[in-house]
Amino acid sequence: MYIAAFTWTEFAQQITAGVRQGAVFAGLALALVIIYRSTRAINFAQGEMATFTTFVCWSLMNHGLSFWAAFPIVLVIAFVGGVTIERTIIRPVENGPVITIVIVTLGLALLLNGLMSVIWGGGNRPFNGPFSTRTIDVGGVPISVQDIGIVAVSFVLVGLLALFFRFTKLGLGLRAAALNRDSSELVGVRVGWMLAFGWGLAAVLGAVAGMMVAPILFLDPNMMQTILLYAFAAAVLGGLDSPVGAVVGGLLLGVAITLLGRYVGFIGDTLKLPTALLLILLVLLVKPNGLFGRVAVRRV
Amino acid sequence: MQLQSVEARYGPVKALHGISLDVAAGELVAVLGANGAGKTTTLRAVSGTVRRTGDVVFDGRKLPRRPDAAARAGIAHVPEGRGTFSELSVWENLRLGAYTRRGSIKDDAQRVFKYFPRLDERKGQQAGTLSGGEQQMLALGRAMMARPKLVLLDEPSLGLAPMLVKEIFERLERMRADEGVAVLVVEQNANLALAHAARAYVLEVGNVVVSGASEELRANESVRRSYLGY
Repeated sequence: MYIAAFTWTEFAQQITAGVRQGAVFAGLALALVIIYRSTRAINFAQGEMATFTTFVCWSLMNHGLSFWAAFPIVLVIAFVGGVTIERTIIRPVENGPVITIVIVTLGLALLLNGLMSVIWGGGNRPFNGPFSTRTIDVGGVPISVQDIGIVAVSFVLVGLLALFFRFTKLGLGLRAAALNRDSSELVGVRVGWMLAFGWGLAAVLGAVAGMMVAPILFLDPNMMQTILLYAFAAAVLGGLDSPVGAVVGGLLLGVAITLLGRYVGFIGDTLKLPTALLLILLVLLVKPNGLFGRVAVRRV
Repeated sequence: MQLQSVEARYGPVKALHGISLDVAAGELVAVLGANGAGKTTTLRAVSGTVRRTGDVVFDGRKLPRRPDAAARAGIAHVPEGRGTFSELSVWENLRLGAYTRRGSIKDDAQRVFKYFPRLDERKGQQAGTLSGGEQQMLALGRAMMARPKLVLLDEPSLGLAPMLVKEIFERLERMRADEGVAVLVVEQNANLALAHAARAYVLEVGNVVVSGASEELRANESVRRSYLGY
């Protein structure tokens, strides 16, 4: 094991790269948490859903649209797609055992993966992102515009979602439906539609994550698979039922693995994922519900 | 509101064998009976949270059997265990009470706080941290936020100290008188229920066995022996 030569400039760059990765993890982890809170199941198709919508974006751009023209169209398609998936595929098993839902999402992942290969073909292709990769000088540290852009887009999206959940009636209804189904029905919340709406939001989050990483990773049907594993880890780290935890967990994880990969020689690029999982394991030993997991406060 | 020979079942088990009862506008009616007589199921049949056959007529119209349909028609159901959202704040619980309504809810909240000033003090607190009595107040307050025509109340006295129960019933009575809202209340404590209700129905294994004005029931020999305990 060796410690690489250390400069503060590079350290700042590594932190930025970590935050950028973390922002993507956070978005996808948040999508997982939204679905987990309402259905108690992990959506294994989240990665494939994200990649699929990214392919849609790629197709739109091939037809001459600019990225920012395609972006809102893709979000709408993602939302409608998420809602449709819940209404058609998840709904029949909604009241079944959680494991059934999980298996259905696994099947959905395979289905979408196959569909992508059929429609767009395998192999990876470059994806022209909206942000340039040139660097600008931020307080003496060269940082790529792309990194700043990805972080900004992710943060704006998460911020908007937070405002939506906190201050709108629909947002309140979504939270209520996830927390207590029966009582929600009694106050007139259409619980079934709330679950579908949650899937729509999750699909939108995934789509944004996909479109943000595609320029870095290149686009292919398996693009999001590793990222989804990190997102699982981030969600568990933050606490599976905590949206705040998903975001914090994602950022922490992004920064931690970037720094460890850079400064702990034997980890490098190859051992990043196991390292991430080891970190999670250590955290969970101390806090089994994750950093922000719900510890019910209740007086009877 | 009228139930017309309503039957209800949980899977293969029939819980109501054709119940008919009615509640007039602004009236407080009690449903009495032993455990398992079908009291809770009666309320659930009205709000559509159990499978039922037979008609529930509300305001001259048949209610569709969907829980949100009952809520939208102006029926507020406070279920067993009060149905508060313990992870949400008191204020968010009240907002949810008005979920089916459009427009401002500030005036309604002020009215609720008039009856239950304690809720105003605890607005930002997580509902799960309230005491049992406060949670019952919150459940009633949440029901009022819907500006209901009918409130279904399931065992409001459950788990509360007698003093608190008295207080809750007094405020319920005041709310009914001031707001003109009808109340159908299920209660184990028959003495208490008959003291406040105008009329009552007594259920036994899914059938109405006796019904009438509260004074009549109190005078009824078998009701007295079985449910009033003297």
